[in-house]
Amino acid sequence: MDHLSLDVAHMFAGGLVLVSFMLLYQDRMFGLLNIFALHAVVVSLSVAWQAYIQFAPHLYITAAIALVVKAIIIPVALHRIIVRLGIHRTIETVGGIGLTMLAGIGLVALSIMVMLPITAEAGTLTREDLAFSLAVILLGLLMMISRRNAISQIIGFMSIENGLILAATAAKGMPLVVEISVAFSILVALTVIGIFLFRIRERFDTVDVYELERFRGGHP
Amino acid sequence: MALIYDLFVQVAQLLLVLALAPLLTGYIRKIKANLLRRQGPPLLQPYRDLLKLIRKEVVLAENASWIFRVAPYLVFATTLIAASLVPTFATGLVFSSAADLIAIVALLGSARFILALAGLDVGTSFGGIGSSREMMIASLAEPAMLMIVFTLSLLAGSTQLSSVSAFMQGPDVGLRVSLGMALVALIMVAVAENARIPVDNPATHLELTMIHEAMILEYSGRHLAVIEAAASLKLLLYFSLIACLFAPWGIATAGQGVVAMAIGVASYIAKLAAGGLLLAVFETGTAKMRVFRVSDFLGAALMLGLLAALLLFVSRSV
Repeated sequence: MDHLSLDVAHMFAGGLVLVSFMLLYQDRMFGLLNIFALHAVVVSLSVAWQAYIQFAPHLYITAAIALVVKAIIIPVALHRIIVRLGIHRTIETVGGIGLTMLAGIGLVALSIMVMLPITAEAGTLTREDLAFSLAVILLGLLMMISRRNAISQIIGFMSIENGLILAATAAKGMPLVVEISVAFSILVALTVIGIFLFRIRERFDTVDVYELERFRGGHP
Repeated sequence: MALIYDLFVQVAQLLLVLALAPLLTGYIRKIKANLLRRQGPPLLQPYRDLLKLIRKEVVLAENASWIFRVAPYLVFATTLIAASLVPTFATGLVFSSAADLIAIVALLGSARFILALAGLDVGTSFGGIGSSREMMIASLAEPAMLMIVFTLSLLAGSTQLSSVSAFMQGPDVGLRVSLGMALVALIMVAVAENARIPVDNPATHLELTMIHEAMILEYSGRHLAVIEAAASLKLLLYFSLIACLFAPWGIATAGQGVVAMAIGVASYIAKLAAGGLLLAVFETGTAKMRVFRVSDFLGAALMLGLLAALLLFVSRSV
């Protein structure tokens, strides 16, 4: 594999980590959705590039599914949910943005330090992608625990799935059946979460999940 | 003979940055005015301002100490030395073997320290506000700058600007996401350090928002002229730094002839013009942020620098 194709793969995977940080940084609803769409576009570009350099045409389908489902359908659906819930205001984060960023940097360092030694025998591309995909997954988890708004937690969850796709492509791709079923389960999850969101709102007049923790039965 | 030629180039570079700095400031002001469909002051206005200020009498506060009087010259001298170390049209200058990126960061840091001291010296509240805000910005901008320096020097294997610049011109740079992040972080740091718009507005004297202007509020006459000259030198320095690190095309290398030098000067001026245009367009399109959001802005720059170094670690180790 020549130098340039590796560099481009590195650029896309590193770009994905960067976009994960932008997700952590962004504290406006619609901005968050746009960055999430960008996240999906970067992951599908990365997968498509690996399909090209690994000569694995079925990965193109993975890329197309990621592009259509997660860069178009899910952001549009979430956009409509946000408008209907009427919550296009700022998100409160637990702790400051600076602290979350530092924690994120620590997670990236951790995943690099964990992944590089244990994959010493694998190919260059696999090692790099596994390290970055672990970083993206951990950053998604960090986003889920650092936000209290249900919508941003959903976006953190979806970005974890993008990291999983990157990991799967690094390991020469997963079977197409699995890929399609994962994509559909994400859509089903979106539907369930959407219904759930409206139920939460109906009951508590907010989608702030802290209200749920305080709730101990009875009538709020 | 070669040493004399090199020395001549070094002195020429020193004079060039000194002469061009106010012009760059005037050029950016002119473009910003034109973008707002105003005529704006002529290009040479900063020179006239400086001349006028030099001729004016200095008004000193009663309780101003010697620090207050010495600070402008120290700030100017350190900034000028730092500016003369950055290769503008030619690399391999006489001084460049002695100084590198970290030295430039240190020189700028000491200039800032002296200016903050001067802001505190007279004891007015505005000076104090300006100094404390400047230090807040510095505490975030300098680590970010050092992370950028680490990234570049890890890649190029040297902290010397000449060798980094030569490396960036060479074939083994490749396409690296770390470099892109370092560039964005460097631009953010440059915006913050030069008190440009999202962080500070260089054109206003509104007390609540100013940072740089608050520190130098008590200065007048030739002291003010020297400080203004240092500020425009610093802006030029950051332009040259970004140009020689990330757009090193056309820079003459050590020992090349007069023709290469001339090409270097022409490309340098073209880069300055392009950079100034971009800065003016960016400033016109952006609103100034609250002072308390500056830490987020610079925190993002620091994060980008850290991430650039980390990602580099992956791509190098494999």
